[in-house]
Amino acid sequence: MADLKTRIAKRCAKEFKDGYVANLGIGLPTMVSSFLPEGVHITIQSENGFTGLEGSVERGDENVEIINAGGGYVKASPRVNYFDSATSFGIIRGGHVDATVLGAMQVDEQGNLANWIIPGKMYAGMGGAMDLVVGAKEVIITMLHQQFNKKTGVSKPKILKECNLPVTALGVVDLIITEMCVIKVTDEGLLLTELHHDFTVEDVVAATEAHLTVSPDLKPYDISE
Amino acid sequence: MADLKIRIAKRCAKEFKDGYVANLGIGLPTMVSSFLPEGVHITLQSENGFTGLEGACERGEEDSEIINAGGGYVKVSPRVNYFDSATSFGIIRGGHVDATVLGALEVDEKGNLANWIIPGKMYAGMGGAMDLVTGAREVVIAMLHQQLNKKTGVSKPKILKECTLPLTALGVVNIIVTEMCVIEVTKVGLVLTELHPDYTLEEVVAATEAHLIVSPDLKPYDITE
Amino acid sequence: MANKIRTALEAIAGLQDGMTIMVAGFMGTGTPEILMDAIIEKGVKHLTVICNDGGLPRGWYSDYDTPRGTGKLLEAGVIDHIIASHVGLTPLVGQGIIDDTMECTLVPQGSLVEKIRANNFGLGGVLTPTGVGTIAAEGKMQIEIDGKMYLLEKPLRADYSLCRASVCDEFGNFLCNKTTKNFNYLMAGAADHNIIATERLVKAGELDPDTFQHSGVLVDMIVEGEKPWQI
Repeated sequence: MADLKTRIAKRCAKEFKDGYVANLGIGLPTMVSSFLPEGVHITIQSENGFTGLEGSVERGDENVEIINAGGGYVKASPRVNYFDSATSFGIIRGGHVDATVLGAMQVDEQGNLANWIIPGKMYAGMGGAMDLVVGAKEVIITMLHQQFNKKTGVSKPKILKECNLPVTALGVVDLIITEMCVIKVTDEGLLLTELHHDFTVEDVVAATEAHLTVSPDLKPYDISE
Repeated sequence: MADLKIRIAKRCAKEFKDGYVANLGIGLPTMVSSFLPEGVHITLQSENGFTGLEGACERGEEDSEIINAGGGYVKVSPRVNYFDSATSFGIIRGGHVDATVLGALEVDEKGNLANWIIPGKMYAGMGGAMDLVTGAREVVIAMLHQQLNKKTGVSKPKILKECTLPLTALGVVNIIVTEMCVIEVTKVGLVLTELHPDYTLEEVVAATEAHLIVSPDLKPYDITE
Repeated sequence: MANKIRTALEAIAGLQDGMTIMVAGFMGTGTPEILMDAIIEKGVKHLTVICNDGGLPRGWYSDYDTPRGTGKLLEAGVIDHIIASHVGLTPLVGQGIIDDTMECTLVPQGSLVEKIRANNFGLGGVLTPTGVGTIAAEGKMQIEIDGKMYLLEKPLRADYSLCRASVCDEFGNFLCNKTTKNFNYLMAGAADHNIIATERLVKAGELDPDTFQHSGVLVDMIVEGEKPWQI
């Protein structure tokens, strides 16, 4: 599982161009910054109020005035800039974040995204997620292709014809990266553009509820350095 | 004329309470801060972006980074705070300015104010005036009672039944201080509350187009120290 | 000049049961802890609290022997209604909803920011594309501008705002270090009574005016005695 997440993070890192301003969600998305191609330097925005996040700090090196959006103590780059929440969300909503990487519970054929609430089960709040996916120029979803139910052992598709959980935003997803494949959200629907060599197109289609159009230019899943 | 303006400024100064945050227009209103009663200290806001304006500075003492809203170089108090225009107008619109003193071209019975444009004649722009009179908690108009036409030598009322010039804002004026009298704008109309000993009631009425209600508690115009 | 300096209890002397307060901070960072403590000491209850989140619960870090920020108010049970963007770290909110002892209104973080800013800065509301088509749009006016849909987010008001400065002068001009800024520059001025608790209090004119990032005209009362958070 850890290997699969690393694979996804590595593939996702290839989406970044030098100079990008990015906002990475907690968990798998945060790993992406470890795998950036050579020569690609990005600036990470943290929605609690700064640009120039560098990663977590060792115990003992914490600065109590520097936390990330998950509440953890972090390191800041020499070009760090701290600002208030109005500026932070101004940067986010104003289209100044080139890409955001987030996990999802569900994504559908329209690029609708559900990743903040499971009624009756998970009650955390949307935090900055609704603003981020509406404001970022590119929204990349990184996730395992299916939802594994630990109790029943059954896996269920997360890429659906239509989201049935309350959505985070409508039509915002640009790209979905899973351990199996890369899917682009287009005006005509979901386009399978890359396939990992461990899987066949049939495997992917079986694990996906949404209709997938296979790109005539289907490529191997690219995580080469 | 200069004496009359000083009289008006002195009377306006009595409207201020200790701790007030005020914004004073250019000209006569600026003079008000010279006549504050003992023990009354106010903070002047300048809409180009600071609080703590202290007054004009001598030639040779200018700091080219410190100007007021009229473009003049000014002195600042030790408790000065500089901010951007969003914060400045946030402070203004948000009701954080206790009083503003401004001149007027026309004021009417509803407290409507015209002080920014004379079509075909004066074309300067409203600057911050529309925001100021809408946002300040108290709007004090300091002006000569009538408009003197220098060519014809004829004076015309400026306190009207209804403003004829394009408005700066609707129903915002709280008090009008002229060389003749003090008029409060109330829900039932204009109430004459103070009369200067140089004038009779009839003279004020003759110089005013608007209907004036004489306060049962009419007092002498008070500019004692 | 009117003196703005108070003790914590003096500053919240007018705070009554059932009032609405804004509390700055992000997961405790940038929250005025001495004002949280004062509220609990004073014993006011049934508060509506506007804040980004529920602070941090007791034990969030292995050696936290106290909750942090609004987490203190949650643990003391003085909140009837919390208006926030994220309460996932503080299970007491979810529990309060299940037990029907607490109401929670979730607002997207960027919209929460602007609702507070609108009240502080005299706007009747703001238009944001955030939340269109989601639960967050329920009951809100939608306005189409140049072909794009926006939600009208109205101002949020409060009786008191409780903010935290790293350095504040005696007039209330202040600055917040690093990521302690968050909601502090928005909430100071957004309520009827605005209190700053500061780590360091200086005289007016003692520091270069450009040191300060926010205006003292937005501050009504200043309380000294905030300490750096200890980890």
